[in-house]
Amino acid sequence: MKIPLILPRQAWFAAFGIALLLAFGWVATKTGPFAPIKVTVTQGVKGEVAPDLFGIGTVEARRAYLIGPTAAGRVRRVLVDVGETVRAGQLLAEMDPVDLDKRVASTVAAVARGRSVVTAAEAQERDARSRQELAATEARRYVGLGHKGFVGQSLVDGKLQAQKSADAQLSAAEAELAGARRDLDRLEADLGVARQQRDNIRLYAPVDGVVTSRDGEPGSTIIAGQSVLKLEDPRSLWVTVRLDQGRSAGLRMGLPAEITIRSNPRKPLAGKVVRVEPISDSVTEERIARVAFDLMPQGVSTGEMAEVTLRLPAITDALFIPNASLRYRGAQAGVWLHADGHLRFVPVKTGAEGLDGKVQIVEGLKVGDEVVVYSERDLKDDSRIKTVSSLGGKAQ
Amino acid sequence: MISLAGRDILHSWGKFVLTGLGLGLLIGVTLTMAGVYRGMVDDAKVLLNNSGADLWVVQKDTLGPYAEPSSIHDDVYRGILGMPGVAQASNVTYLTMQVRKGNTDMRAMVVGFKRGHPGEPSYLVAGRHITRSHYEAVADVNTGFALGDRIRIRRHDYTVVGLTRRMVSSGGDPMVFIPLKDAQEAQFLKDNDAIVNERVRTAANPALNLPGVPGLLDTINALQTSNNSVNAVLVRVAEGHSPEVVAQDIRRWKHLQAFTRTQMEEILIAKLIATAAKQIGMFMVILAIVSAAIVAFIIYTMTLGKIREIAVLKLIGTHNRTIASMIMQQALGLGLIGFVVGKIAATLWGPAFPKYVLLEPSDAVSGFVIVMLICGLASTLAIRAALKVDPATAIGG
Repeated sequence: MKIPLILPRQAWFAAFGIALLLAFGWVATKTGPFAPIKVTVTQGVKGEVAPDLFGIGTVEARRAYLIGPTAAGRVRRVLVDVGETVRAGQLLAEMDPVDLDKRVASTVAAVARGRSVVTAAEAQERDARSRQELAATEARRYVGLGHKGFVGQSLVDGKLQAQKSADAQLSAAEAELAGARRDLDRLEADLGVARQQRDNIRLYAPVDGVVTSRDGEPGSTIIAGQSVLKLEDPRSLWVTVRLDQGRSAGLRMGLPAEITIRSNPRKPLAGKVVRVEPISDSVTEERIARVAFDLMPQGVSTGEMAEVTLRLPAITDALFIPNASLRYRGAQAGVWLHADGHLRFVPVKTGAEGLDGKVQIVEGLKVGDEVVVYSERDLKDDSRIKTVSSLGGKAQ
Repeated sequence: MISLAGRDILHSWGKFVLTGLGLGLLIGVTLTMAGVYRGMVDDAKVLLNNSGADLWVVQKDTLGPYAEPSSIHDDVYRGILGMPGVAQASNVTYLTMQVRKGNTDMRAMVVGFKRGHPGEPSYLVAGRHITRSHYEAVADVNTGFALGDRIRIRRHDYTVVGLTRRMVSSGGDPMVFIPLKDAQEAQFLKDNDAIVNERVRTAANPALNLPGVPGLLDTINALQTSNNSVNAVLVRVAEGHSPEVVAQDIRRWKHLQAFTRTQMEEILIAKLIATAAKQIGMFMVILAIVSAAIVAFIIYTMTLGKIREIAVLKLIGTHNRTIASMIMQQALGLGLIGFVVGKIAATLWGPAFPKYVLLEPSDAVSGFVIVMLICGLASTLAIRAALKVDPATAIGG
């Protein structure tokens, strides 16, 4: 199709020239260093700042038990496996007794022999007693006969001597019996020792709990201090939370917490701070708090990572601005105040900061002051700016 | 007096304008090339500006943290804070890595910083600064992330809470800012397979797994996975102190390397991007020569195309000066149109480049002067040919 050219050439050429100049003018003023910096502004308003604390931690058992022998030995049998629930007093494992059973048998035999010795000593004592009684009777009779003069004095003396001898023999027999009884006591105590030692290598559950680790299998040698099994009390789970020291102001016992377990981030769990450790980690510059679950969750594993948000009481009636407004000039924090089309850097003192990005301004700003929030570039005192509603990027 | 040049241009204005446009696009490419070079230098400078530091303290005998790897302990900053003239000191890590974004990954520089200290993004264009001490990120808009997106770095997901602009590494890779502790982990933590592998190796080593020392193995394993290194300490010097003096003190007493702003610029521009810059510079020089040659040839052939008309002009007794000025005016006009078109074109397509293109007004001015000079010089060639022409060709030939 032919476009009818009505306009003269000069007009066309002039039109082209003007278009080019306009485009050039636009390019020179709207881009590059002469272009104004686009910014968005907001006003400082009074409201509520919730200075919540955030930390990460791991789920741990408050009470964990290492079950192992008190002396080195070999594992004979292990009766439970990882994950099993055990009751207090339940036999969990047994170490190899080596010679302990024989030692028990030996002491049992020794006790039996000790009893026989006691029986023999008792018999001897009875014998000695009857001899002594006979000797005493005879001595009394002969003394009477001697007084009456029926028998000679030497015979009476002989009988008296026999009685003393029988007394001595009875004492000896009694001592013998007492000794045999002490001996039996000793042997019985020995038997108790052997039995206790035998029992000591049986490993019992100290509490109700769950087996978390099985470290020794039958046949393996375990030294004192090593564990055969590990138990933990599933009702004692808590989260050890580490909080950056710089952002832990207000941390104290009893704060309500929201616990997000890594394996189930969709369902936060409620809890509260039950302990703030008096010693914080000087290397990582973190404070350590323990957060217990309000309702013990099911299927949570220890060692799992958790994100914990601690709810501090909100500061009401605070002047706040978005934290994106805070700028630093050297080490001085401040904001760019926008008044009458001019920019001015105003140093401010900040207070609490909420996790949602609201920051409290304690000093340096009034309600209704307009401050720069976002800017395309770093701002200077003489920067030309253009206020827009947003700089791209979806609003949150 | 009638403008001969204007008359001639109007006579075939379409041709003139199209030639000017073509020339303009060529000049646009040359200007863009200069812009690419300036952009590279500017990338290096904004990297330094954005860190907000006066001094960079790095491992001894290295040119870190940008030009060379550097690793120092993360408690070093406490000692530096205690030195006279230091207002602020803060740990920072830099790691250029592939960041996963959905199914693809992209190159980005992951910066680990401490809130409210040097190293944090100085301004945002959307969202907010990081408020949690873990798993939040501020990304450069060039990464393509939007607010609320999840970034996967190593094994953790980070939520994008803020967007910033023109925060790039010296190589032009956009930055992703994450909390320092996470960044330390991302930089030094191995993947799970490697960790499991390492544990098995340690357990198999009889010297590290002594049967009589329960707990030793766990201790060694814990030691292997812990990390307390950072790449640099950024220092802000207190007012009234010379950065050079503070840097000297640090170098002398702390057995670390400290660079001032000027030294760092020198390292980045003279060392890090030197070869790339020379490459671009070489290309720009060739492009300028080619453009000059093309301008010269265009004007020459334009004049040759009008040789009969020039002969007629000579025949009717036009002064040589008038003919020469006509050709010269046309050449300069062509140059003017070319420059304006080139500047507009460069400005329009500049932002489409993946890396930053900085079109400086001073470059544009010197470009304008060079274009005019080249056009003037090129027209002399054509003027010579025009003046040599025999007026007889107007009748004969």
